Parts: sequence; structure tokens; C-alpha cells
Amino acid sequence: MCKYGFDLLVVMVLVFAVYFGPVRSDLVISKLDRRIDLTSQIVRVTLTLKVENTGLDPVSEVSLTFPEHQANNLALLVAISTEGRGKTRGAATNLPIKIKQPDDSPPLLIWYAASLPKELNKGESLNMDVLAVFTHMLQLFPEKITQAESQLFLFQDSAHFTSPYNVKIQSVTVKLPSERVEAYTKLENTKFSGSEIKYGPYESLPAFSYSPVVIHFPSDKPFVVAKELVREIEISHWGNVQVTEHYNIIHGGAQSTGEFSRLDFQARPHVRGASAVRNLIAMLPPRAHSIYYRDAIGNISTSNIYADSSKTLLEIEPRYPMFGGWKTSFTIGYGLPLQDCLFQLGGTRFLNITFGSPMNDVLIENLTLKVVLPEGSRDVSVSVPFSVKQSQETTFSHLDIAGRPTVVVEKVNVVPEHNQYFQVHYKFNNLSLLTEPLMLIVGIFSLFVACIIYMHADFTISKSSASYLAKLQWDEVQGTIQQLQVIINRCLSIHDKLEASLRELSRTGDVQACKAVRKSADSLLKDLSKESKSLLATLQSSPQAAHILPKVEELVVKENDLQEKIMLKHTMVVDSYEKKSGGRDMESRVSSIQQKISVLKQEVDDLIEFIEDI
Amino acid sequence: MAVAVDNLNNKPTQPVSSTLRFAFGNVLAFVILLLIGVLAFSIRLFSVIKYESVIHEFDPYFNYRVTQFLTKNGIYDFWNWFDDRTWYPLGRVIGGTVYPGLTLTAGTIWKVLQSLNIPLSVETVCVFTAPVFSAFASWAAYLLTKEVKGTGAGLTAAVLLAMVPSYISRSVAGSYDNEAVAIFALIFTFYLYVKTLNTGSLFYATLNSIAYFYMVCSWGGYTFIINLIPMHVLLCIVTGRYSSRLYIAYAPLVVLGTLLAALVPVVGFNAVMTSEHFASFLVFIVIHVVALAYYIKGILSPKMFKVAATLVVSVGLVVCCAVVAVLVAVVASSPTKGWSGRSLSLLDPTYASKYIPIIASVSEHQPPTWPSYFMDLNVLAFLVPAGIIACFSPLSDASSFVILYLVMSVYFSGVMVRLMLVLAPAACIMSGIALSEAFDVFTRSIKYYITNLSESLQIDAGDTVPGNNAAPQIDVLKNDKKEDSLKERPSRKNKKKEKEIEKPSVKSKTEKKPLVLPVEASFFALFLTVLLGGFYVVHSVWAAAEAYSAPSIVLTSHSHDGLHVFDDFREAYAWLSHNTEVDDKVASWWDYGYQTTAMANRTVIVDNNTWNNTHIATVGTAMSSPEKAAWEIFNSLDVKYVLVVFGGLVGYPSDDINKFLWMVRIGGGVFPHIKEPDYLRDGQYRIDSQATPTMLNSLMYKLSYFRFVETDGGKGYDRVRRTEIGKKHFKLTRFEEVFTTHHWMVRIYKVKPQKNRIRGKTKKSKSKTSSATPRSGTIKKNPWH
Repeated sequence: MCKYGFDLLVVMVLVFAVYFGPVRSDLVISKLDRRIDLTSQIVRVTLTLKVENTGLDPVSEVSLTFPEHQANNLALLVAISTEGRGKTRGAATNLPIKIKQPDDSPPLLIWYAASLPKELNKGESLNMDVLAVFTHMLQLFPEKITQAESQLFLFQDSAHFTSPYNVKIQSVTVKLPSERVEAYTKLENTKFSGSEIKYGPYESLPAFSYSPVVIHFPSDKPFVVAKELVREIEISHWGNVQVTEHYNIIHGGAQSTGEFSRLDFQARPHVRGASAVRNLIAMLPPRAHSIYYRDAIGNISTSNIYADSSKTLLEIEPRYPMFGGWKTSFTIGYGLPLQDCLFQLGGTRFLNITFGSPMNDVLIENLTLKVVLPEGSRDVSVSVPFSVKQSQETTFSHLDIAGRPTVVVEKVNVVPEHNQYFQVHYKFNNLSLLTEPLMLIVGIFSLFVACIIYMHADFTISKSSASYLAKLQWDEVQGTIQQLQVIINRCLSIHDKLEASLRELSRTGDVQACKAVRKSADSLLKDLSKESKSLLATLQSSPQAAHILPKVEELVVKENDLQEKIMLKHTMVVDSYEKKSGGRDMESRVSSIQQKISVLKQEVDDLIEFIEDI
Repeated sequence: MAVAVDNLNNKPTQPVSSTLRFAFGNVLAFVILLLIGVLAFSIRLFSVIKYESVIHEFDPYFNYRVTQFLTKNGIYDFWNWFDDRTWYPLGRVIGGTVYPGLTLTAGTIWKVLQSLNIPLSVETVCVFTAPVFSAFASWAAYLLTKEVKGTGAGLTAAVLLAMVPSYISRSVAGSYDNEAVAIFALIFTFYLYVKTLNTGSLFYATLNSIAYFYMVCSWGGYTFIINLIPMHVLLCIVTGRYSSRLYIAYAPLVVLGTLLAALVPVVGFNAVMTSEHFASFLVFIVIHVVALAYYIKGILSPKMFKVAATLVVSVGLVVCCAVVAVLVAVVASSPTKGWSGRSLSLLDPTYASKYIPIIASVSEHQPPTWPSYFMDLNVLAFLVPAGIIACFSPLSDASSFVILYLVMSVYFSGVMVRLMLVLAPAACIMSGIALSEAFDVFTRSIKYYITNLSESLQIDAGDTVPGNNAAPQIDVLKNDKKEDSLKERPSRKNKKKEKEIEKPSVKSKTEKKPLVLPVEASFFALFLTVLLGGFYVVHSVWAAAEAYSAPSIVLTSHSHDGLHVFDDFREAYAWLSHNTEVDDKVASWWDYGYQTTAMANRTVIVDNNTWNNTHIATVGTAMSSPEKAAWEIFNSLDVKYVLVVFGGLVGYPSDDINKFLWMVRIGGGVFPHIKEPDYLRDGQYRIDSQATPTMLNSLMYKLSYFRFVETDGGKGYDRVRRTEIGKKHFKLTRFEEVFTTHHWMVRIYKVKPQKNRIRGKTKKSKSKTSSATPRSGTIKKNPWH
């Protein structure tokens, strides 16, 4: 109610101003039509006016004035001038608007000057369309309601447009969200029909005339206000533009007091909880992919996606239905194909993407927009169709070294009308794409190289320490044993050859060849046994081999034994062939030797296996 | 199975120089280990794929919150953190009462990733810590088993551990709990102990103390290590296996390990004062006496030694008696005999249910049932005995340790279902050894058969068909094969080449002829073993996917119209965090304390760290009292909101009504005016029309069923208890419903503020209170008045 009193003060001052304020130039508004749309939390005022120059001097700008309490909440002001009328209506021109406060202005009035495309000469007239979008204009009354009540609002304005010019004829139409209205100021020429209240037409009003009206009406519209929205747009030249939006939302309607009964809400949702926020709909660009919806404690499962070729609709429900004054925060994110948003123009590339939130009817009090460009981008510039606060910073992400240039754009009171395309221009060399993969390759390669060096280099600090010497000796022992094994294996293969020659003998009966084989084998075996002896000697000298020596010695002895037995067998068989003696006799003798041979073979095999295991 | 692959892959290799084969064997083992790591990690991702990347259950939320604090405020603030958001109005010294290992690990991982500019959130790091560490754990199991029984057994044990259901249940992605890293630390400490035992290297002994320190940092289960290792040392000494290696493995561990353990604030002087650590010091003394005896034996002649021994023993006995008497007196003077409650309940399984209802009320502290062994270990339960037998042939220091570990953990798992987790690695190691030995025998038999076959063919060819043209070809063929098998030998030698010097000496004594089975039997057995392994894999994957991956804060149910998600808990916590004042106090049963502080960021009265029994009893008393008394208790505790979990509408069984008897019991344990029989009708717990009036008037009943009857048109049918509720229509006078979640699973009530005093009423209320005073004077009703 305090604000209400303040408004009264404004009115008094304005009325005062009517008599003492200056009359601006010689412009006259011959017709003014004002439509005020109160259907949502964002108040949209559309002015259609016809301006006439009755003075002598040509006029280059038209002033629009709003009371200060309205101007503070002005989110957007657009003026469009059109030439001609009706069917001959010409092309519309967007007029640049700036604040231009004259020194002799009545207090609490803010002036906006729209400069005309061409000067308006005497007697000429101009049609103008003005759209003014206000936020926080609706006053809660009462401020607190229970679950069963519906929220009521007060709207205050003047039935007369506070213009610095004389107005010949004007009217104002207020559109309400429903046909119900609690109370409204009744002036002359007031008409209430349907969901519209019409004041006027009023004729020949002087400049700065003011006639306060108050409308008290119910509205069940959820007043979704994003206290803060941080949009991060990250460009990856590998083919993706990632958009992440962090919302901090409050239901800006009448505060809910008393108890919240889920039962009532579930049983009669449109009576108990009519103004609750149940869901939000975000219109994402077509081909949006990898969409997620979560908050600080995890995924929120209540969301739906409806996609077609022209758009992607994301319907999200907050974790709980939001009543007046309830808050929540969440994050939505999605990826867009690169070619949909990024374009090339000469040497520069530019990102073309919408500015505001993709959600309808959300008022954003503080919007921070961050565009993260790829590492190595240069010459960054931003073009936004309205005034914003700009700055630059550097973001570090995914193995960056120099960081990614980031454009930060901030704006307060963002309404859906701000959801226009904006551009970020920058230069980028495609080769920079390869930095990170190359870095990884080099990193992993050097890791392997380091491993190889570590495996092959000797990092012993003290070359004379006991353990190091022991290790060296042990390596030596192992080497010797390996050599010994090679020798024994060769011996075994010679044995096999001898056996093979015997089989050959049985087949062909060529005694001489067989003898030759034996001779060569004999000499080879002798050489080998010499070698093995020298190796054994080194093993015996080494203390490290003490525990394994007996086995190795046993092996050598067994092998020698085996060698002898095989030689014996060989000689016997060859002899028997030479003498052509009876097979039976030979066979019995050979078989006894053969038995011993197989036993020895098994033992040798076992020993080899055991030594291998060390 | 890894062994089978290993052997098979080795066979067809070309005969090349031995170093290359050595390298090949190593690389193969490395690749297999890598794959095991990948398996261990990926089998735990079912929870992320089926649900989402989120922290699970209760305790992980606390750990997550601590990690967040650590990453935000740094290590020094973390040590000095006094948390005023729990245990209101007492608060809790987090830095001094928490095992910091897990938190520091995740915090360090996060820090490293940040410094590499890899932007992972703390939550993501926490979610994936457990799977990463289970990969480490399976590698540690490989190392340990390799020390005991060689590479083959190591690989088999690693692959078994990678997917043992018992361990999966505690380490799925999101299960950010101490056990996740502690099991790795446990196995790794054991590995280093066995490694030291095998090598006698001081380097490994020092590493072992550090690993033990990490274990102490991570989990209260470190007492298992510090009791198991002394037991093993004692076993070795008693069985005459004392060696200098044993001394090096043990003495540094006790000295360094105890010093390091005392550095952890939560352990502090407990490392030397409590009975849990007593065994280690006792054995420390024993091993020194034994070492001294061995030393003296070495320098004295046998006769002199005998004289000295009798002298020392007689004097020593007297001293020992004196020391023991003092110790007994000291220990007996403390009421719990120097043991903490949880340890006592391990020694005496009935202790908790008798004296500490809080410990008994936790489901994971109950003894396991037989099916849970099958569920958590599956075929391992049958393979373990075979592994024990394999460990006895031959029995080494290392294998005796593994056997002891198994036996002890079987006992502990029998006491508490949660300690099944300690049994799982032991079972995996044993089964790994068993499987590997079995594969060894079967493949050897088959190989032996093949070589024999070729030899006999050779002889046949040579003897019976002289003059046949085909014979030489066969001969050549066989010879080639034989050469192959000859040249294969060095490779196997190289693969198994290890730098241990001691092992062979033990082995050489018991070396005997290898066991060879008939070929048909070995083929069949091989097939059966593979089948067994297959069953295990199928079961493990099923357990990981279905049984253990639910995060418990999100519930899902499959109905005819698809998947239905119950996300009520987070709905309630989100509501609390956004729509209440930052300093409001929320009272609920202690189960939800950690989640409330972590997710809703509100001050709670009690939480899952059940350190103050009286405080929990106060909340329990309030919940079991009638509305007015409860309101007084809550008001005195500054409570603004009361949160209850109610499953009656959707049939969620673990709700507060089902836990209510524990509240009564714990409350009644401290405040005797709450009596359990008042809530039971003929010993039966019921909430229908037969329920006692005390039950129907209790705050818990009222908060749970407030306006519940209107949901189904006047019946009030509780889907969990499967009955109509007893008291249907009632009003709340001192509490106000402020939020109920979509499925009514969480209900939040506001404690109404104190009423304004009205002149006329003061007299009346005064007379009322005066009549009530004598009672409250004798009975401790509310500790805060």
C-alpha cells in the first residue's frame, strides 16, 4: 500500500505539472490509441498515434514520456513509423530511441526521444506504432493467499497518456486475463465488455494531462520469474554448439501461506492451486539433440520432448508444483549442429543464435550470456540489437593451454521480445583444431618412451652394493642355465636324429649311412659335453647357484647316461644289421635298453621342466 | 579363464628368440589385466546407464558433502571442520570423526583433473571413484595371488574379483562409500605383506606400512588387518617357520604403521590404547623374543643355550605374569573391556541385539542368511575348498596367510552381512587358485596325451610299415611337432621367471611327478569348469544389472504402461532446500539425516553417524509421543519442520511406520516412559483398528496418515501393511502440513509456533502444568527442559 501512496504523489505532481510545465514544440497528436495487455505478468502497451506538425519549424524527433515508476520497469521500447494509411501503408521504419531529459521537465517524468527518419515539416503528419513492455507493473493485492484462493492484482495507470503534446483524441483499452474483475475506476466514457475495459475516447486533452485509474482483477496465470539465468554457449568446431542454461526461478505471484495439501491439489487441481506453475515449455531450435534437464541433486525425470522438422518442444515440470513465492533452480542443456548456428563470411566466422530464454512467458531479471569460443579464436566482436553490458574473460576446459576466449553479455529485465538473434564474429584457424589431439598423441607417446627407457636403463644408485652384485650374479647364473638348457636340448635333438637313423636303417638297411650319422653325432655330442662342463664349472663357482646346482648337475649326469644308453642301442642295432644276426635276440636286448632309455628320458624331461620353472 | 586364453595363445606362436617370447608373455598378461580393469569398471556402470549418474543411498551422500567441502575450502579447513548443520544443537567435529581416505582420494583426483583442465564436477568424480578403485582392487588381487601361486592363478583371481557380486554391491558407480577404496587398500596391504614375506625386502616393508596407513585412513575395517597379520605371524612362529623375512615383514609394519595410524585424527591414540590393537603389540613382543632366542641360539653352544633357556624362561614367566596381571586389571576396569561396540558385536554376535539397539537396527549389521552367500559369492562358495587344498600343496608362508585370511573372513561374514565384503576377495583368491590349478591339470593332461599320441604314431610308423612311401612324411611331420614342443619350453620358463629366490627351495622339497588325468575326463572336466565360469559370469552380470544398481533415492517400477519413476525423495529435498529458511532445523528419523544435509542443505537433529544415542532417543521419543508432548520436544530443539517417509499410498515398504518399533525401542532405552508393549497388541505390531491407542495417538502415526483416508474415498487402505488404518479422521493441532510429494512418500510438516498467551487461559494452563509437574519431576521426559 505504500507504493500506492507513492503513486498518488506522482499523480499530484503531474497534475501540478499540467499547469506549469512547458509545452513542447508545435507537435500535436491528432489521434492516439492505447492498448494495455494485462493477460500475463509482462505488461505490454501498444500505442498507435498520429503526429502532426502544426508549428513552423521542421521537427526531427518525437518525445514519448512515461512516469518514472513505469520507466524504471520499462524493459523494451520500440517505435515504428509508417507512411501512408490503410492499404497504402508504406514500409515500416524502426526509429532509434534514446533518453533525452529536458531541463524544464516536470519531475518524475522520463523522456524518450524517437528520431524520425526524415524531418517533419509544417502540416505533415506521421503514423507511429510504439510498443512498450513493462515488467513488475502488476501489484499483488493481497500479497499473501492460501492454496484455495486465486491471486488478485492491482494495475494503476492514467486514463490519459501523459504526452508532452496536446492530444486531440485518445482512448485506452485494457485487456484483462479473464472476464472477472474485482473493481475498476469508473470515469466518464468507461465501458466494460468481455474481458476488456475501455476508457475514452477523450477529446482535446492538453499536454501532461493525467487521470488515474486503478483496476483490481484476478489472474491465475503463473508468474514465472527467473531471478537469474546464465546461458552458456560453447562452440566446438568438431561439429557441436552446446547450450547450457542455468535457471533460478521463483513464482512471482501472490505468496502462498498456510498449509499445502497434496490431497487438495491432486483432487481439484484447478481450484486448489490454480496459479501454480505445473510445467514450462521451451521452444528449442530444430535438430537440438542430447537434451538434458537436471538440478544440483540429479536428473529430473518429469520432462517430455516433441520434435518435428521446424522446432523441438521441450516440456519440463519442476520437481514440485510451484506456488506463489516458491523457488526452484534447474539446468537445461542441449546441443545444436554446428552448421545450423555457425556461418562463414569472408575470413571471419560468426555465430547466429537467439539471445534470451527459449521459454515463453518467462521474465528474466538478470541474464548473463556467455559465448565460449574455441581456443585460438581472434578478433572477437559481438553485435546485439539492443543495449547490453559486455565484457570478455577466458574459460579453461578440456586440456586447454591458453584458454578459450569468452564473451560475456549481461542484461537486466529480459522479456520474450528480446529473444532476437545476435551475432558473435571471430576469426579461427582450422589447424588449431589439431592441437589437442596432437598433444594427447605426444603425451602418450612420451609416456611409452619413458617406460621403454625405464625398462632398459639401469637406475642402481650404488653399483657396489651387495644386493646389486647379487642380482648381477643371479642374472649370470640364469644366463648360464639357459645356455646349458640349449645344449641339452641340442643333445636331445641329436638323440632324435640317431633314433631316426635307426628307423631309416630298418627301412633301407643302409648300414654305412647310419654309421656316418653316428660318427657325426658322436663328435657333436663330445663338443657339447665339453661346453656343458665349462658351464657347470662357472655355476659351481657362483654362490647364487648353490640351491639349484644339484638339480643341474643331476640333469647333466642323467643326460650323459641317456646319451650312453642311446649310443649303446645304436651300436647294437647297427651291429646286428651288420652281422645279420637274428632279430629276436637283438630285439630282447634292445628292448631292455629301450626301457632304461624311456625312464631316463622321463627323468630328464622332469628335470628340465623343474629348472624351467625357476 | 584368463589362464586358458593365456595357454592357448601361447601355443601357436612361432619359435622365436626367447627374449621376444618373454616380452610377449608379459604384454599378454598386461593386456589381460587391462581388460580385467575395463571389465571391473564397466560392469559397475549399470546404475549409470539404467538410472543416472547420481550418488546412491545414505552414507555416500555424507561423503559427497564432505568432498564438496574439501574441494571448496581446502585441506586445512577440512581438518578443522566443525559441522553445525547436523546434530543440532551439538554439532559434529567432522575433521576428527571421519575416515578421510575416500574423501581425500576423490578430492585429489578432482584436483588433478582440474589442473589438467578437464572440467569434471565433484559429483562425477565421486560417482566414478568406486568403479575405478574396483579395477585397482582386481589388479591388487592379481598381485597378491601371483605372490602366492603364480601368474595364472593371479589372473584368474583378478577376473573373479572384478565381478564378484558381493563387491559389486558396494562399489557400483555412485556408491561412494569407504568400502569402495578400502577393499583395494586391504588387498594391496596384504599383497605388500606377502611380497615382503617372500623377498624380505625393507623397501616393501615400508611400502606396506604406507598401504596400511591408507587403509587406516579409509575404513574402520583396518583393525582386521592389524589383527590378521599378527595372527599369521604367530602362526608362522608356532609352526616353526620363523625367519628373518617374517621379522622384516612384521616389525616395521607395527612400528611405522602404528605411528602413521595415530596421525589419522579419528584413530589418534586409539592406535595404542584400545584392545583392537593389542594383539599386534603382543605379537610384536613375541617376535622379538623369538628373534632374540634364535640369535642367542646361533652364538651359544647347544648346552649353554639350554642353560640360558631355562634361566630366561623361569625369570620371564614371573615378569610375564606380572605384566599380564596389570594388563588384565587395566582392561577390566573399562566397562567394555577396551573394545568398541562394533568390535564387541563381532566377537559376540548377540552383543548388539542385547545392548545397542542402534547397531542392531541397521539391516547390514544383521547376520547373513545362507542364500545371501550364494547370491554374493555364487560358485566361489564351492570353489573355495578346492582352493584351500591347492594352497596346502605346498604350504608356503604366503599360502598359509591366504588360508588364514579366508578362515577369519568367513567367521566375520557370518556375524555381519556387511563383512561379506571382506570375505569376497579371499574367496576370489582361493577360487582363482583352484580354477587355475584345475586348468593346469586338465590342459597338461591333454597336452601329455597329444605328445604321447604323436610319439606312439611315430613308433607305429617306424616299426610296422617299413618300405611305405607315406611313412617319411609322417615322420617329418611328427618330428616338426616334437621340435615345436621342445622349443616351447623356454617360453614357459621365461613366463614364469620370477625374481624370488626363496620359493624354489620350498618347492624343491615337495616336487613330485605331475598329475595326469585320462584325456576324456580332462576334456569333460575342462568343459564343466568353463561352464561353471560361465554361470558365474551370467550371475554376476545379473546381480550388477538388476540387484545392486538401484540408487535407492530414485525408485522405478514397471507397470503395464511402461516405466514409472518415483522421485519423491529428491522432490522433498529440493523443496526443503529452496523454500525454507537456510537455518531452519529439520527433524526426521536418523536414516534421512545425511541426505537432508547433503541434498536439502538444512540443519538436522540426528543423522546416520549415530554417535549420540541420547539424541537419537530424543527424536525417537518425540516420534512415539502424542502430538502435544512431541511438539514440546521439537520446540525445545528449535525444530521447524518434521519430515516423515510414508509408503502406504504406493507400497514402499521401508518407510517410517515399518521402522517405528526401533524408534520406540531406542527412545525407550533412554526415556523409560516410552514402553514397547504399549505399542504392541498381544505382541503384534499393527496399525489397524486393533492397534493400541498409544500407537494410534503417536506422532508418527498421525503424521503418516494425516488425511490419508481421503485418498481412497474413506477406506484408508495401507498398501504396505495391507490393512485399513485404525484411526481414520483426525486433525493436527500443533503441526501443519506444508509439503507432501507426488506419491506421498515424503511428508513435511511445520511445527506451529508457540501460541500467544491469552489472559483467561493462563490460569487454566497453569493448573494443567502443575498437575503434570510431579510426573515430569520423577521421569526424565525431555532432556532439554
